[in-house]
Amino acid sequence: MTAATAGFTPRERGSMLTRIGRQVRGQAPAIAVFFTVLIGWEAFVAMANLQQFILPRPSAIATALADDWTILSTAAGNTLYEALGGLAIGVTAGVLTAFAVSRWARLRDAVLPIAIGASAVPIIAAAPIMSNWFGILNPFAKMAIVILLTYFPMLISVSRGLTQVDPATLELMEASAASEWQVLRKVRIPNALPYFFTALKVCTTLSLIGAVVAEYFGGSTEVLGRVIVQSSSRLRFDITWAAIAIAAISGIVMYLVALVVERLVIPWHASQRSREP
Amino acid sequence: MTTTDTGTNQGAAARPVVEIAGVDKVFDASGGRTKALEGIDLRIQAGEFVSLIGPSGCGKSTLLRLIGDLTAPTTGTVAINGKPARQARLDRDYGIVFQAPVLFDWRTVQANVALPLEVKGLSRAERDERVRSMLDLVELSGFARHYPYQLSGGMQQRVSIARALALEPSILLMDEPFGALDEMTRERLNSEVQRIWQQTGTTIVFVTHSIPEAVFLSSRVVVMSPRPGRIVRVIDIDLPRPRTDDTRETPRYFELITEVREALRGRRGDGDGAGAGIASAERTMAEGAVG
Repeated sequence: MTAATAGFTPRERGSMLTRIGRQVRGQAPAIAVFFTVLIGWEAFVAMANLQQFILPRPSAIATALADDWTILSTAAGNTLYEALGGLAIGVTAGVLTAFAVSRWARLRDAVLPIAIGASAVPIIAAAPIMSNWFGILNPFAKMAIVILLTYFPMLISVSRGLTQVDPATLELMEASAASEWQVLRKVRIPNALPYFFTALKVCTTLSLIGAVVAEYFGGSTEVLGRVIVQSSSRLRFDITWAAIAIAAISGIVMYLVALVVERLVIPWHASQRSREP
Repeated sequence: MTTTDTGTNQGAAARPVVEIAGVDKVFDASGGRTKALEGIDLRIQAGEFVSLIGPSGCGKSTLLRLIGDLTAPTTGTVAINGKPARQARLDRDYGIVFQAPVLFDWRTVQANVALPLEVKGLSRAERDERVRSMLDLVELSGFARHYPYQLSGGMQQRVSIARALALEPSILLMDEPFGALDEMTRERLNSEVQRIWQQTGTTIVFVTHSIPEAVFLSSRVVVMSPRPGRIVRVIDIDLPRPRTDDTRETPRYFELITEVREALRGRRGDGDGAGAGIASAERTMAEGAVG
């Protein structure tokens, strides 16, 4: 009626570039704080006359990054291989298991309590066992830790998303004489997507932590974890910091990729709606 | 069970769309057995607009869900278009509107309306055409590409009506569809439901706890008692159609409202007689259980 035609226009979409541009402008305060901290850090180390093995200046870290780039980039590549490989396997396995447990209630009752328990276990402590099983030089020993770290959170989240569906929605589908497959495809999977992305963002971070820390326990030397351990034992903390910086940037990039995919896939979700000014 | 020409879209000669015979409904909850419905007999003819009204917990929603085969009767039979209710559901004989719009956040308005059409397996072209005419019907054509969160509550409920009517069902089941809306929106949507009913010729079964709403819309008002729900009275509403805002100010409208109100109260009056002790004890025991 008349009142209905007044009001809303579809949400402004704009091109991808303008959207990213707006995003960057939105992050301006955070970027400013970041650079202020770097400059403050540099000045503080100079003024307090700190030894480089206590706290190297950002400029010294940047120099180490450039000087040892070959070693660091190779190490980063190997570590990312473990992290991303483990993440891919863990996430896929978690999602597939979630489909199975959401389909059969009895399986769910059997599996989910164990999964919730397992996700509370400090799995990283099992790294030496994985090295023993798969061989200390085998990257899969580190990948196995990442798989275990990411599998359980993904399984728990996605199975919640597939099962915690508004009962009225299910009745509506029942009233439409929808098949179980149609309910899965049209209700349960869309409902699970926000849960999936929330878990994915957590898992990207977990995967890098898992890979780097698992490397502390030994194995190939050309990985970030070993570079960190060895450089710090030689008191070359500038290299340690450089390796940590690479790990940090990798983690942030992985997280951002997950964030962007989330935005593209579920623009309708409440968490993705542009806030009103 | 007579129908009047003011009350129906189609002739009274058609066979009943809904035939409920000797229906009881008992819920087995952890707190014990709750008798929600008792001895329900009801026939609804094609093209009628029937409201079920009663105090909360009287089982009127349960009765609607029995018609829609979303729950099964403990005893008795429910037939829709001469078929068991289950078969009618599988044949997609009815559309349903709940109190909440139950729209899918991830679908645009047009995709929400298209949902039952997709489930039935209609082609893209057929779907688009049906969706367009349904959005015209509820006057939301300009909002086809909006997401539900961009619409007001009243508009969302109209989308859910369009969705329920998309498959041109022979019955539309409405479970307190405007219960969550403000009075002004509710009155406007009441007029709109009347128009849609007249335009489509569909049979409507409408659950409400609002007496004015029931009287304004219905060709018959079915008044139910508190738990266990029984049909106390069926009141024919002979107000001429189309009913307008002026209808709400006619003496006959107020008379009918009073009649429904007294019928609602009447049951409690009966309760003072013999056997009331048992009846009210049952009611007290059932308090707080499913209604």
